[in-house]
Amino acid sequence: MKLIDKMVQCSINGINITVEKGTTILDAAEKVGIHIPTLCHLNLADFGVVNKNANCRVCVVEEENSHKLLPSCAEKVVDGMKIQTDSLKAVMGRRTNLELLLSNHPQDCLTCVKNLDCELQSLAHELNIKEIHYQGEKMQHPVDLTSFGIAKDTNKCIMCRRCVTMCNDIQTVGVLSPLKRGFDSVVATAFHLDLGQTSCTYCGQCVSVCPTGALAEMNDSPKVWRALNNPNKKVIVQVAPAVRAAIGEEFGYEAGTILTGKVVSGLKRLGFDEVYDTNFGADLTIIEEATELIERIQGEKTLPMLTSCCPAWVQFIEHQFPELLDVPSSCKSPQQMVGILTKTYYAEKNNVDPKDIVMVSVMPCVAKKAEAAREELNKDGLSDVDYVVTTRELAKMIKEAAIDFKKLPDGNFNKLLGESTGASAIFGTTGGVIEAATRTAYEMITGKELKQVNFKQMRGIEGIREAKVKIDDLELNIGIAHGLGNARKILEDIRDGKSNFHAIEIMACPGGCIGGGGQPYHHGDIEILKKRQKALYDLDKSMPKRKSHENEMVLQLYEDYLGKPGSHKAHELLHTAYSAKERI
Amino acid sequence: MKNKILDMTTLDKTLLKELDAYINLLDGDKGEHLIHVLHKAQELFGYLPQNLQLYVARKLDLSGARVNGVVTFYSFFNEEPVGKYKISVCMGTACFVKGADKVLERVESLTKTKKNEISEDGLFTIKDVRCIGACGLAPVMTVNDKVYGKVKPNDVDEIIRYYRGLEDENN
Repeated sequence: MKLIDKMVQCSINGINITVEKGTTILDAAEKVGIHIPTLCHLNLADFGVVNKNANCRVCVVEEENSHKLLPSCAEKVVDGMKIQTDSLKAVMGRRTNLELLLSNHPQDCLTCVKNLDCELQSLAHELNIKEIHYQGEKMQHPVDLTSFGIAKDTNKCIMCRRCVTMCNDIQTVGVLSPLKRGFDSVVATAFHLDLGQTSCTYCGQCVSVCPTGALAEMNDSPKVWRALNNPNKKVIVQVAPAVRAAIGEEFGYEAGTILTGKVVSGLKRLGFDEVYDTNFGADLTIIEEATELIERIQGEKTLPMLTSCCPAWVQFIEHQFPELLDVPSSCKSPQQMVGILTKTYYAEKNNVDPKDIVMVSVMPCVAKKAEAAREELNKDGLSDVDYVVTTRELAKMIKEAAIDFKKLPDGNFNKLLGESTGASAIFGTTGGVIEAATRTAYEMITGKELKQVNFKQMRGIEGIREAKVKIDDLELNIGIAHGLGNARKILEDIRDGKSNFHAIEIMACPGGCIGGGGQPYHHGDIEILKKRQKALYDLDKSMPKRKSHENEMVLQLYEDYLGKPGSHKAHELLHTAYSAKERI
Repeated sequence: MKNKILDMTTLDKTLLKELDAYINLLDGDKGEHLIHVLHKAQELFGYLPQNLQLYVARKLDLSGARVNGVVTFYSFFNEEPVGKYKISVCMGTACFVKGADKVLERVESLTKTKKNEISEDGLFTIKDVRCIGACGLAPVMTVNDKVYGKVKPNDVDEIIRYYRGLEDENN
């Protein structure tokens, strides 16, 4: 085929442009710098996420030859098209469609969880909606607050189906689907079950793409406020790696600004008694996980070993592949490790009754809320972690307390569980956990110093990646997947005996924790995710120590308390087991 | 199964065997045949209770939400038990402007049954359906496979009487 056959010509607002066949009007307009408002459209193509099902009709433009309004996100350019994005017909068409969406919307913006962070609200502003000419019958669905992770308010749903795309096509979890038709149509779970009764993993990707307040995290900040105001409680907090790379976005910083020191100061100002670093838990996880991997390789036990720090991923395998539960590492996640050590190691050292400790985590994740609530993750009836707030919730708490975040000095984590290495910093991005584990496994196996700590072949954003690492005469085959749909492919290979990996890292969210369901909303801007990822690798590079087993506080912990990696006590406190669950 | 309505062990084993046999004969990606399988399941069981939908989902390797989405999209499928005679009143535009709502009202009052419900004697299920493609005969109602055109509310009395009569004959 000649090049010319592959190209089509059109004009947009009088500007002539030649584009490849198959280009949408929206993409063509962007090429000539013309902005068309969109709502249901979502394009994170580098992560394999695209939602363009032309549901909301907000992106309509006028085609002058036919005088038709076309949805620009889905309609492809045809030779000779004359597009007007700013004709009266196009402008009014957009407005009418948006007004219709607003006609049955609750419009409780002032008190909505998404106030000032809502795409529907921004669009009403952008399109200068000052009056809604239609009054629709308001929906009266009960709000689902039954799960530990996600709050679902169907009344605010505009049926854009981004969540459906995420849940079904990207994550292949399949909990959300459009039910019924016409006016009765809703996005819901099978049989309108409570989310807590389904096989939802609480990955929160539906939340991170929802343009309105229909899907949000469960709000746990009131419980944290109460604990902070209880003089009889020691309230201790930990902060996950990906939080420090994203929270700045809530305060006007450029995406990818690392703000560890300010977060620590902010938490101290909020009144937390000790501020610990989940990165400490990450270093500890690596030592336990590397020990387990070596044991599994040398003892010819079950391989591959899959990482287990991501709670959404753990839920996924329990519901979807219950026959493969011997594959994940038995290590608890860093969050749970820091939690249990606070209630044992810290409590014993400081002579505090564990009953008087309230352990709070700040996580980029909503699944961490559900993880903290898991029944088996406790000791003597006390949960390892009591409350989890997301990056977004912490930002709101800081604002609520009228703390001027930008003016906060840089604080330091408290001792005991506060040191971290570069290896733990990259836990927050896809590929980071396995790179950190490889650094430690290498030195554990060979007893020699690993000079080159950067494993570039493990980095990137492709959905499934592979790497081979020579460790003496062992060639370690490593797999990496992010996004649960990609994880499914890897698991199917394992189930069918087609996998030759030794170790596989899986993170449920596209990009890893940097793209977690509890992070500041990216509103479809993929550059934000890339900047957060780069920030974590830069942080790793800037650290004096870059191998988990060099973390002195972790070494001290083994010496004082746990014995050696993989010891009986380590197993009792830092490891767990998984149980088969149903798929609904 | 924690949720009782989803307990699949209460489904009739003989009918399930027949459904399994049907599914086993399907070629290729079984999920592609969802609608056929649902037709068969409804033919066997009379309706598609939630546990049966979940059973189909497992058999075809689909999510429960996907199956439930398809079942609730098509008015042909019933999630609740249906009466011996399924009365569908077309509420498409043509039928509606010609008074289909009055027809439905009469059907409801004569059978003492609300739409989407089954009458106490188990004889009738009332449905309001979207356009059934017989606009020339508007307003239209169907009883099982029989189509009644240009129905006036008064005609409904006779239609209902006819089906009640059939029952009396059978008894």
